[in-house]
Amino acid sequence: MSQNIKLPETEEGTILFNVDPIIIKQHYEIDYLHSYAQDSPFFAGLAKGKLLGSRCTGCGYTYATPRGHCMECGEKTDWFELPQNGRVHTFTTCHFGGEAFLKETPFTLVLVEFDGVETLFLSRLIGVEADNVQIGMPVRARFLRNSKFMATDVYFVPE
Amino acid sequence: MRPVYMISGGITKFAKAHPEMDFRLMVKEAFDYAMNDVPGLSREMIDGSICSYFSDHFTRQLKAGAMVQDYLGLCPKPSKRVEGGGATGGLGLQAAWEAVASGRMEVCVAFGFETMSRVNTWKGNEFIAQASDTNFDYPVGGFYTGYYAMMVRRHMHEFGTTVEQMAKVSVKNHRNAVHNPYAQSPGKLTIADVRSSPMVATPLTILDCCQMSDGAAVAILASEEIAGKLCRKPVRISGIGCGTDAMRMADRPHGKVILLPHESEADYKDLRYPGVHSFRGGRTAAKLAYRMAGILHPVEDLDFIELHDAYTSSEIQTYEDLGLCRYGEGGRFVDNGSPFMPGVDYGLDLPERPAISIPVNPSGGLLACGHPVGATGLMQAAFAFWQLQGTTGKHLGDDTLQLKGAKRGLIHSHAGTGTYITVTILEKA
Repeated sequence: MSQNIKLPETEEGTILFNVDPIIIKQHYEIDYLHSYAQDSPFFAGLAKGKLLGSRCTGCGYTYATPRGHCMECGEKTDWFELPQNGRVHTFTTCHFGGEAFLKETPFTLVLVEFDGVETLFLSRLIGVEADNVQIGMPVRARFLRNSKFMATDVYFVPE
Repeated sequence: MRPVYMISGGITKFAKAHPEMDFRLMVKEAFDYAMNDVPGLSREMIDGSICSYFSDHFTRQLKAGAMVQDYLGLCPKPSKRVEGGGATGGLGLQAAWEAVASGRMEVCVAFGFETMSRVNTWKGNEFIAQASDTNFDYPVGGFYTGYYAMMVRRHMHEFGTTVEQMAKVSVKNHRNAVHNPYAQSPGKLTIADVRSSPMVATPLTILDCCQMSDGAAVAILASEEIAGKLCRKPVRISGIGCGTDAMRMADRPHGKVILLPHESEADYKDLRYPGVHSFRGGRTAAKLAYRMAGILHPVEDLDFIELHDAYTSSEIQTYEDLGLCRYGEGGRFVDNGSPFMPGVDYGLDLPERPAISIPVNPSGGLLACGHPVGATGLMQAAFAFWQLQGTTGKHLGDDTLQLKGAKRGLIHSHAGTGTYITVTILEKA
C-alpha cells in the first residue's frame, strides 16, 4: 500500500466553448467493417461499367435498384442489366447538404426512370446547368474508371 | 381494447439550443408541467412510460430513455423506447395508447425529446440523412431537403403546384406561431420573403424547411375510469393508424390510389400512385384511423389538423394523403384559404370565407415551432389536447389560436421520405 501515489498529469487539454453551462468539444470517430452482403454484385457491376437491377422470379416485377427479395410478392429476385439510357423523372439542385457533401455543392440529384423498369434510380447528374434540367430529359450513365465500390461509381450525363 | 383518454400534456419550449438543460431536465420540465395540470395524479399512479427519441447520433448516449426514467423518478416501473425517424413522437403516443387500451396500464406517460444542438446544422443534416439507405441514397449526396425537393418537383409536374402556394404555407405557419410561446421561430412573412430566402435545394428555400431544435414534450394517457376521476376535461383518442413505405423512395410503386371512403376510383383514372409525389403510408395511416374513429368525410368530421410540415411541400402533399382534398388539389387548397385560421391576418390575398375551412397547423407546425424529432409528435398531441379542452389560452397565454367549439382534431407524424407515418384522432369526451 502507498498513500503517496498520484496519477500522472498530462498536457492534453479540453476545448472549451463556454463555462456557464460548461460546453466542451467531444470527438467521436469510427471505421466500420461494412459488408454489402447480398447487394455486393451491384457494386461489382458498377466496377465493370454495368448497372444491375433486380427482377422478381415470382411476379416478374422489375426494380432499378438491388433488392434480394421482391417487395410485391416476397420471392427471390434475379439480377438483370439495366439500360444505361434513361430519363429524368425528377431532380433538384442542392445548394446545401450534409457536412460531408457541403464542399460538393451545388450538385444535382436526379431520380432516373428506365424504359421497361418499374422503379427509379437515385444518382447525380452533371454536365447540365441547374436551370436547364428538365423532367423527361434523356440521360446516360457513366462510370468512374477507378471504382470506389460506392453508389457514386455511377453518375448521369445528358444524352 | 378499451377507450383511452389523454389527460394532460406538457412542452419544454422548442429552441435552437438549450445548453442549460440536458435531455433529462428538458423532459422533467414538460413532465412537471403536465403533472401540475392534473393535481389528482401522483407519480405512484403512473404505471409506466414510453420514451421517444430519434437519433443515437444526436444524443451520443445509448439507452437515454433509461436515464430519463430514473430522473423522473419512475423506476422501477415498466418503460421502453420507441423509434421511427421523424414519426417517433407519433409512434410513441400510439405505443402509450396501446399500453392503456390493452389493459396493461391504467396510466401511461409518453415522453419525447431531441438534443440536436449538439452538432452544427450541417453535421445534423448528415445525421438525419443517415435515416435514408446508407448504401444507396446517403452516399450520393444524401440530404433530406434534397429528397423532398425531388418529390415536390414531381408534384409540381403532375399537378401544377407552385412555389407561391408552398410559400403561403410558410407564411401561414410562421404567422400562427406568433401566438405560440413554445415556438422556435414565429414570424410575419410575405411570399417574397420566403422566395428570396437562401435556396437550400431547388425549389425549397430555407423558409420552406423546418429547423433543428432542442425540446421535449409529454403526453399522459389514462383509462376511462382514471380519466374521469382525475381530469375535468379529458380528451378521447378515438382513432389511430400507421402506414409505411419503402426506405428508398426510388423503390416506390406507380400503381393505384388507396381510396378513402369519400373517394372513388374514377377520381384518379390517370394517376400513377404513389410514385414520389404522394405518401401511401400517410394515406394508409389516415384510412386506418378514420375507420377506427368512424370518419367518413374528413373535412366535415374534423375541426383542425396538426400535421408534420417538415417542409411546406410536404404539408401540401399531406392534405391530399389525409383526404382534405383530392390528390392534385393540395396547391389550390392553399389558394382557396382552406387551411388558414379564421380571424388571423396573414397579409395574403385569400378568400374571406373559404368554401372549405379546416385550420391546419394552428400551432405553427414544425416550420415555426421547430422539430426536436422525438418530441414533435407529442407536442402535436399537447396542442391538439389543449384545443379540444378549450384551454389553449390558458396554456399559451394567448387565446388567438383557440378554435371555437373544436370537437375533433387530427395529428399526423411522418418519417423519412414517407417510411413511417402515423395519424391519431382526438376528440372531446
